[in-house]
Amino acid sequence: MNNENKVSKGMNIHARRTIAYIVLIFMALLCLFWFYVLFVNASRTNSQIQSGFSILPGTHLRENFVNLMHGTLPIWRGLFNSLIIATCSATLCVYFSSMTAYAIHAYDFKMKKVMYTFILAVMMIPTQVTALGFIKLVQSMGLENNFTPLIVPSVAVPVTFFYMKQYMESSLPLALVEAARIDGAGELRIFNTIVLPLLKPAIAVQAIFTFVSSWNNYFTPALILHKDNMKTLPILIAQLRAADWLKFDMGQVYMMIAFSIFPVIVVYLILSKYIVGGVAVGSVKG
Amino acid sequence: MNKHNNHKAVSYNKWGYIFLIPFILVYVVFQLIPLFTTIYNSFFENYRSGLKQIGPTFIGLANYKALFANADIWKYLGNTMIMWVMGFVPQILISLLLGAWFSNTMLRLKGQRFFKTVMYLPNLIMASAFSMLFFALFSDSGPVNTILVSGGLLASPFKFLSHIWSTRGLVALMNFLMWFGNTTILLMAGMMGIDTSLYEAASVDGATSTQVFFKITLPLLRPILIYVVITSLIGGLQMFDVPQILTNGSGDPMRTSMTMIMYLNKHLFSKNYGMAGALSVFLFVITGVLSLIVFKFSGNSEKVK
Repeated sequence: MNNENKVSKGMNIHARRTIAYIVLIFMALLCLFWFYVLFVNASRTNSQIQSGFSILPGTHLRENFVNLMHGTLPIWRGLFNSLIIATCSATLCVYFSSMTAYAIHAYDFKMKKVMYTFILAVMMIPTQVTALGFIKLVQSMGLENNFTPLIVPSVAVPVTFFYMKQYMESSLPLALVEAARIDGAGELRIFNTIVLPLLKPAIAVQAIFTFVSSWNNYFTPALILHKDNMKTLPILIAQLRAADWLKFDMGQVYMMIAFSIFPVIVVYLILSKYIVGGVAVGSVKG
Repeated sequence: MNKHNNHKAVSYNKWGYIFLIPFILVYVVFQLIPLFTTIYNSFFENYRSGLKQIGPTFIGLANYKALFANADIWKYLGNTMIMWVMGFVPQILISLLLGAWFSNTMLRLKGQRFFKTVMYLPNLIMASAFSMLFFALFSDSGPVNTILVSGGLLASPFKFLSHIWSTRGLVALMNFLMWFGNTTILLMAGMMGIDTSLYEAASVDGATSTQVFFKITLPLLRPILIYVVITSLIGGLQMFDVPQILTNGSGDPMRTSMTMIMYLNKHLFSKNYGMAGALSVFLFVITGVLSLIVFKFSGNSEKVK
């Protein structure tokens, strides 16, 4: 009786495993399909694309790329701008979020609880709802067409702060800090030379997330950057969309999309181990 | 000696304040002041009519009255919610299923790293580029229509972006693709945290896997589920890049895919600061209420810890 039950359960599991694999493979294909089509079409000429779809990539990848380089969209400039903004944002964000988290984690002071509660409370406020005031501020400071208002606010990102704080709770022994103090190191030096290196895994994860979200950001930069040579990639994409796109060489359009997407994909595939692991660590608090 | 220690502790702790300075300074300048200016501006008439600048004149709550009296805002709120629900329902169902499979020790699925990596990928893609890609793929003469027509499934190309539900469907599909991997990972982490002895006890009692899922996994997952739903709802209210690029900011057909933030963006670009302010405050209140709910839940769990 007992034995029979086991056998039927075993077969059950086998069938369920098969179904699970089928669904998983289907979902994986659903995720990858679009990027594959993007790659295929980026490697074909306009007339090839117009005449029908092909499963195999074409041979005009280089040609489309060269055409795009010589086209009207300042894409190298856009790439450069996006890169500068995203790199600076990520650097500032992880450094100062760590510092803020360290202040709350390692010290005891009167306002500590109030500050911590405050930061958690404002964590969910979307940047869009303060956009109006933000633009007015930027205008009054004369910082339109300037990267500063896109970079400096990353000093105060509650979500990153929260992640760093969680990480410190699990893996920053304060005894090390005490030991360094006995050796006579200053507090800022302790933070820079002892605490920061210990936070490396968390810093890496958050640097990637901040970089990517800044790289992908469209809403705020579009409100602040109007000059052609200051525009970032998402703004150029929007410009491409707004143009009468049928006149375009579709090979170039796909190449432009690929140009903004594939750098992130490559970086992601190299670092995916840390990223996928990091997603769960930061958010499991419920 | 004791006195000396105390003195030292105090002098250390002032560094807590010092290390907080950059955050506070930047937060106040770039978030708090803009928040107040936004609220302040919502009480003023301030827009451009042609080349003429009207205002700013203090008009009290007139902007709010105008905002809520106009049917547009309810229409756009409805659009936003509809597209969010259309993306979120399949997302949470698939994520629960995949999460349950990934965390099931009896299934022992291989290649989990690969699947998770692939499914998380769309989340990092530039939403505007992804949307532009969908626009190109689903355009009247795009590859999707070519496949459907040449495969004999359709007689003539289907104009995806001229129909209400196909446009909304595309937005929902993109949101689904971009977020289900993230949700799966979150839910899976939650499921892994469930005490395995509960499952063992259930299997000794002869519970089927469906029973285990509905009677054990789901109830214990409730806090994380609520967290996922509310944060996704807050994210859904911010829906912008995808429909903006897909419809070129028009929210067509007939503004049925216009979201709240697209509406706000419109006011900001046309420099109608009074209405933009009132709309921002409205959004702020909604997200504020929603985050209070999240805050309450995460606060409770912290106490439990």
